[in-house]
Amino acid sequence: MYRYDEFDAGFVNDRVAAFADQVARRLSGDMTEDQFKPHRLMNGLYLQLHAYMLRVAVPYGTLSARQMRKLAFIARRYDKGYGHFTTRQNIQYNWPALADTPAILEELASVEMHAIQTSGNCIRNVTADHFAGAAADELDDPRPYAEILRQWSSIHPEFSFLPRKFKIAVNGATRDRAAIQTHDIGYQIVRNGEGEIGFAVYVGGGQGRTPMIAKKIRDFLKIEDLLAYTQAIVRIYNLEGRRDNKYKARIKILVHEKGLDWMRQAVEAEFVSASRDYIALPDSEIARIKAYFAPPDLSARASSQKFAARRMSDPRFAGFVTTNVATHKVDGYGIVTISLKPIGGIPGDATAEQMEIVAALAERYSHDEIRVSHEQNLVLPHVALDDLPVVYDELLASGLATANAGLISDIIACPGMDYCSLATARSIPVAQRISERFGDGPRARDIGALKIKISGCINACGHHHVGHIGILGLERKGVETYQITLGGTGDETCSMGTLTGPGFSSEEVVDAIERIVDAYMELRSEPGEDFLMAFRRLGMQPFKEALYETSKGADI
Amino acid sequence: MRFAISANRLLDGIVVFFDLNNRWVDQLSSAGLYASKDEAEAALVVARLDQTRNVVVEPYVFEVRAEGAPVAHHIREAIRAAGPTVRRDHGKQAER
Repeated sequence: MYRYDEFDAGFVNDRVAAFADQVARRLSGDMTEDQFKPHRLMNGLYLQLHAYMLRVAVPYGTLSARQMRKLAFIARRYDKGYGHFTTRQNIQYNWPALADTPAILEELASVEMHAIQTSGNCIRNVTADHFAGAAADELDDPRPYAEILRQWSSIHPEFSFLPRKFKIAVNGATRDRAAIQTHDIGYQIVRNGEGEIGFAVYVGGGQGRTPMIAKKIRDFLKIEDLLAYTQAIVRIYNLEGRRDNKYKARIKILVHEKGLDWMRQAVEAEFVSASRDYIALPDSEIARIKAYFAPPDLSARASSQKFAARRMSDPRFAGFVTTNVATHKVDGYGIVTISLKPIGGIPGDATAEQMEIVAALAERYSHDEIRVSHEQNLVLPHVALDDLPVVYDELLASGLATANAGLISDIIACPGMDYCSLATARSIPVAQRISERFGDGPRARDIGALKIKISGCINACGHHHVGHIGILGLERKGVETYQITLGGTGDETCSMGTLTGPGFSSEEVVDAIERIVDAYMELRSEPGEDFLMAFRRLGMQPFKEALYETSKGADI
Repeated sequence: MRFAISANRLLDGIVVFFDLNNRWVDQLSSAGLYASKDEAEAALVVARLDQTRNVVVEPYVFEVRAEGAPVAHHIREAIRAAGPTVRRDHGKQAER
């Protein structure tokens, strides 16, 4: 994986020193809160409902064991023994003291991590497919390009005060696991007619209060032009994006209001005319960065007897393999999803002990690599099938073997009103109750692939717009109410969910979800027709009927 | 309906409440309660001095029901005064 060079290390250390000075001046009273707030936000430090919250970037969701151990150390030493993995492949600490944050940032810098640009109107953490470098359906590893974008966009003077935040995602596989069409810019690695690798470019996607699917602005971009084209898009946005209204300031609104043709012309003109000095990517630089992401030396293994025997004899292990182990590009290996969705648990939370166990497993069995997925799970990307029984046993002993990846209880939920000062309703308790209702047993497996995503406010950190079933928590007259959307997905067939109708109270919402699921089970043409497929075939009507059907006869 | 004043402590961000002796206390049960919004707003002027003195951040007034022990009227304030409803081992609720 990428290692900081002298420049990276120098700039991160300088920032830690600068922030330590700012914190000292704030605590001594030399700075007011108004003066200090922009500085703390630029270093990922928010003031939330109960305390400060520190958001630490996990670039493109990739971590080494050493880094994960440091995250565990910070959780234990400076927080309350746990952290929350987010839908942006980051980690958040919920209880750090302001006075401790310089020390935390210093600890992070010692393992080449930081919290820079995890807030503010700048280019945020560049995200990527969490199976990058391992997936069987991958054309090219997206992480070197994400890393190049990270280096270029870090404290970029021209792009540190954009109209609004800016999110870029890169995907290198046929399946879009990075949800690129819901990002400000989405790069999809493709091969053109000449067999060259490059990018299809999408622009203007996003969720929040105005959900928009990104539009394809270019069919093929050469790799050498990655930064020049990104610069052109962000420059046009920086100049033309609205600054009069925070809610209309994202690039999606610019693309929507001016139209894709206008945007394409403006971007292409800027792209053609801007100087390529310092920004064209020579092959040597691409090769240099790619070398950091060279795949581990995995030679194909013959079919594993140990694995096959355990699978035959242990149905729970077999169930785990079916849901949580994805096909690796090298025979004899698997990609293991570690679900952070224990039944009835808090989506994305991990204790320091769990982080340490995952670190140890990564070191021993996954070539020192861990991924954080935007679905709030962890991933061991390179596990030999021979080792899978022992990895499973260790996960099981640590409460980390929930066999529900991709199932109904693998729910994304933002922190909601339990932690977040922006929230209008709680998300986590709803996720917990749905998880308890459906579990990870035969019923959940029979229901099959179903993504439920819950946001506690219109900002949509819980990605409800792209949930097969989306839930949005709002406040109506001081009471939490929950709207339901159906048919969303963030994958390569991206669509935004459609509102079912009136919302439900906290007490009603889990039953409402169950009515939708029961209707699906009754209406599906065969077990292979998953919820999204069935919804796309049937449309809203039958689900609406099931959802709002009054109990017949109750009034008689 | 009564009113109370809350803020976050600068040093550690922890939720605090303003009492009738113009001190910041950890529990809503010890907070000063004001009979009217106007009375609370007047106290807020005093509370804001501690923002200038860099003791707390962003003090504000919120509604409280006070039949017996004071309870924040709005669910957001109730969660803030207690701690996360999904982690009863953290926040104010764990300290009582």
